[in-house]
Parts: sequence; structure tokens; C-alpha cells
Amino acid sequence: MEQKIAVQIDDLTVAYNYKPVLWDIDLTVPEGVLMAIVGPNGAGKSTLIKTILGIIKPIAGSVSIYGEAYSKQRKLVAYVPQKGSVDWDFPTTALDVVMMGTYGSLGWIRRPGQKEKKIALEAMEKVGMLAYKARQISQLSGGQQQRVFLARALAQDASIYFMDEPLQGVDATTEIAIINILKELRKSGKTVIVVHHDLQTVPEYFDWVTFLNVKKIATGPVKEIFNDDNLTQTYGINYKVAVNK
Amino acid sequence: MSHPQIEIQLIAAIVAMACAIPGVFLVLRKMALISDAISHSILPGIVLGFFLTQDLNSPLLILLAAFTGVITVVLVEFIQKTGLVKEDTAIGLVFPALFSIGVILISKNANDVHLDVDAVLLGELAFAPFDRLMMNGTDLGPKSLWVMGSILLATIILLLLFFKELKISTFDAGLSSVLGISPVVMHYGLMSVSSITVVGAFDAVGAILVVALMIAPAATAYMLTEDLKKMILLSLLFGVLSAISGYWVANLLDASISGSIATTLGAIFLFVYLFAPKKGLISVLYRQKQQRVEVSLITLLLHLNRHEEESERHINHLQEHINWHAVRAKTVLDLAEKNNLVEIRNNIVLLTPKGLLFTEKSLQYILSNKDEKIEPMKEDFFLFRG
Repeated sequence: MEQKIAVQIDDLTVAYNYKPVLWDIDLTVPEGVLMAIVGPNGAGKSTLIKTILGIIKPIAGSVSIYGEAYSKQRKLVAYVPQKGSVDWDFPTTALDVVMMGTYGSLGWIRRPGQKEKKIALEAMEKVGMLAYKARQISQLSGGQQQRVFLARALAQDASIYFMDEPLQGVDATTEIAIINILKELRKSGKTVIVVHHDLQTVPEYFDWVTFLNVKKIATGPVKEIFNDDNLTQTYGINYKVAVNK
Repeated sequence: MSHPQIEIQLIAAIVAMACAIPGVFLVLRKMALISDAISHSILPGIVLGFFLTQDLNSPLLILLAAFTGVITVVLVEFIQKTGLVKEDTAIGLVFPALFSIGVILISKNANDVHLDVDAVLLGELAFAPFDRLMMNGTDLGPKSLWVMGSILLATIILLLLFFKELKISTFDAGLSSVLGISPVVMHYGLMSVSSITVVGAFDAVGAILVVALMIAPAATAYMLTEDLKKMILLSLLFGVLSAISGYWVANLLDASISGSIATTLGAIFLFVYLFAPKKGLISVLYRQKQQRVEVSLITLLLHLNRHEEESERHINHLQEHINWHAVRAKTVLDLAEKNNLVEIRNNIVLLTPKGLLFTEKSLQYILSNKDEKIEPMKEDFFLFRG
């Protein structure tokens, strides 16, 4: 069976003030994988996601989602930004944040109603946050905030999920809960792309991996390419030593 | 109350409301300083508009000046994007430059007309009722009432239409952009509305005090609520409240109306800052004190739990062993006793069964360091909490 391509990136170069952050990236992500993007700090992992989603404009190259430009495929895509990118003191509740996931399908001006509320509540139930729906978001723990973000992405009901470090600053229980949800998404045929920091857990959590350090080092199934060679190339140190230390 | 008095209060209240709405979003976006910049840099726009129209309430003047306000934002962002200076520096570079152009234009050309720097900076609400809108010989009321009324109406309509968009682009610009709700459009939309409001309001309250009307009500409301809609409603309320009471303070002291309004705004903020139930300074200090006592209580109970020997449990030795001052030791002991966590026999402190249970749960909390463990504990044991 021919596998569909979820995300196709060709010759992508991104620069901040003419300083390249991503250099000539070619990347093909097949549909239905749970993929980790790994690389050292400053490797351009978040930038790659933001460029795919049109938040950052590349200076060269192209991105397509199921064969079309991103602006035509918005409704197929969900996004979980880094938790630190928003102000958690913002005056709003957990439920309200999750409802924001439905704003895309609503479009401009139309307001969320009962249908959107129902979607949001279902998403909160899936991540085990229903009990906290009325809580002001600053009153949530780091792990709970991360779950709220995940619920918001679920409320987007997309085909491809982009997540920027969804496991950052969460405890072990939350981490497992989040990973289980990601695995369920993959099982139901969704594509999940995650910026990930903890190399130890890559083989356990993901089936696909991309090594990135300004340039793409490698991409493919974890079983085939998650090895010392690629790790060393990406991180620039003898990785075996680093892990065993 | 005389007719002009009512009119002045009405204008002040409408200006306050028109400023409060964009103010909420400026505060939440941490852009309070931008409103200060806009309020100054509209001066050249006002002067040019005045030369063209000879009327401070002309819509053309308002649009021209508001455009200068948006230009300020564009310039600040342009300078900031070069990465050579930070945002605050960029703001500090742009608005004095534009403002000074306005000052030069006034001093060169406007000596003989009714436009001086004082009028622009400080405004004069008391004169507002004299400039009337006449149509076919009928008096329709003060012009500035019509101008600010229209601006307020437009702001409210935009707020109702784009509430969802304003919320998401303020809270999470990244997701907003991904969903197709352009944060750039929302940003410049908000900047345009803010600029138009500042220009409309400068005639009444002056270009500088308008900043107080934008920022203070929102900052005050932020201390009191955790709901965006309530924050907007409270801001409107505080705006109107200080506009009206500020007017009467000015009346009483025979002082500047806009100055009195701004002072009232400051006083209300100070009051809320001190006494707000959750985020207020006093409440925060009180909570910290309670937490200190709670930690001391747990420390005491753990100590009792660990030491069987009587010497460690003697009331006089507690001070020495846990290294507490006498007052504190007494407070903590009283609290523990009042809650039936300990009993004191012959000056020896003993844990009650309830105290033992509590200590065990505390240990669980300390070991797991999870908030969900301490929340029910507080309800079960900490009877002194409200």
C-alpha cells in the first residue's frame, strides 16, 4: 500500500537577521507516524515547526501539508506551542483555553457556542482535566497546564499534530498520560510531530525520528536510524560516553 | 447641577469608557508603554490636521493624528527588529522625535491660533461644553461628546465582534496565527483603535492623562478578577467612577479636572492594590504569614513524631531544639493544641491520634511534593483557614 505523505519540506532555509537557523532542509513525514524531532539547543527544532505552520517565513524553500500550502490546510493541523510562550496569569479559565482550539473551525467573528463547549469538555475529559475546567489557569500546576494545551490541540480535531516540547516540566505520571494520548492519536491514523528533549525515551515513545542541527542529519524509523552514529553527528560529542556517564 | 456640569461629567465618563476597553488589552499584552508613546507622538498629526481643518474635533484631524500613532508603533517595531536596541529604547527614541516635530510645528506656525502645547498635553475639560455641534441652527450638544461617543460606540461594536479574536491573539499569538486569526491584523487593529481613542480624548483630558485612563482602570481590574469579560466590565466601572468623582474633587478643590480624575484613578488603584481579596498586598502578606505558620506547625509535629524522649518534648526545650523564638513557639503550640493535634501534660507535648494521622499525611506530602496531597489536608485539618 502506498503510504500518504503528511508533510513535505523541500530546500527549506530560515534565517533570523540573515543568520541561518535552518539550512537547506529536505524532509518527508509519512502519514500516521509518531515522530520526535531531536537536536541540541539552538538546533532550530521549534523554528522548524513554526516555519511549517507559517508563523515564521522562510527565506527559501517550500512546505506542503498533504500536497497543498499550509494556508489551505489549516483545518488539518493542530499546534501545541511551548508552555512558556504564553502568559499563564492571563485572566481566563482552563475550559476557555481549551475552547480556543475550536476558534479555527469557527473562523472570524462567529462565537463559540454549545457545540464548541461540548468538544472542549470532551477533550478535557480525555486528558483527565475535567475536574479543573473552571480553574483559573495560573492556579494549575505545570503538568496540568501542559494537559490543558494538549486538550486544546485535541479540540482542534486535526490530522496532523505539532507539539513543541509537550513533556517539558511535567512529572512522570503526566508524561506517561500525555504519551499514551499521543500513541492513541497515532493509532487512529493521525500524524504526530513532537519536539523532544529526552533522548533516553525516544525508542520507547516514538516510532519515527528526525535528527536536526541547523541541517537535517537523518530522518526515518527509530528502529533503523536511532543509533550512536547519528546521535554523535547531531550533538557533536561522542554520544555513547555521554549516555553512560 | 448646572447643564454644563452634567455635560462635562458625561464627556469625562464617555472618554473614560472609550479608553478603558483598549486599555485592558494593552495591559494584558504588556504594552502599556506603547500607549504613552502614542499619546505623545500624535502631536505632529494633530498640528498638521489642525492646519488643514482649523477644527480640533474634525474627523480628518482625528484620522491623521491616529495615523501618526500607528506610524509610531511601526517605527518602534522596525527599530526593535534590527536587533540593535531593545523595545524600551526603541520607544524612547521614536516618540520624543515625533513629539518634538509637533512642538516645533506649533511654535513656528501656531502662535496666533488656539492651539498650544499646554492645551494638547493637559486638555481642558471645563471648556469642552463651549464647542457645540450646530445643525440647521439647532444645538445638538458639545462636539467632543459626539466625537467621543462615536469612538466609544465603534470600540464597543469592534469589541463585541472580535472578542474571541482579541482574546486568542493576546493570549497565544502562535496558535492564533496557526488557526488563521492573524495576530498582526489584530495587533494593528488594536493599535489603530488605541490611537483614535487617544486623539479623540486629548482635547478633553490631554494627551498625557489619557494614558492614566487607559492603563489604571485595567490594572485595577486585573487585581480583582480572573475573567477577561469581568476585567473589561470592571475597567469600565473604574473609569466612570473616577471620571465622575474626579470631576467633583476638582470642583471642591477648584483644580484641574483631568488632573483630579487621574489622581482619583491612582487612589483607586492604590486602594485595590492594598486590599484586593486575592492579589492585594495585604492579602498576599497575610497568606505568606499563614504559610509560615503552617510550615512551622508541620516542623513541630514531625519533631514530636521523631523523638520519643521526654527531654525533646518538653515545652521549654522546643524553643531550643527547633531554634524558635518564644513567641513563635507559643503561637505554633497554641495552634496545634487548638486543632487537637497535640496535648500538653506536665509541660510535655504529646501527639494526639489526629496529630499522628496529620503527621503521616504531611510526610506523604513532603515526600511526593505534590500539591494534590496537601489540598485535602488543608480542608481536613487546617481549621484556622477561612
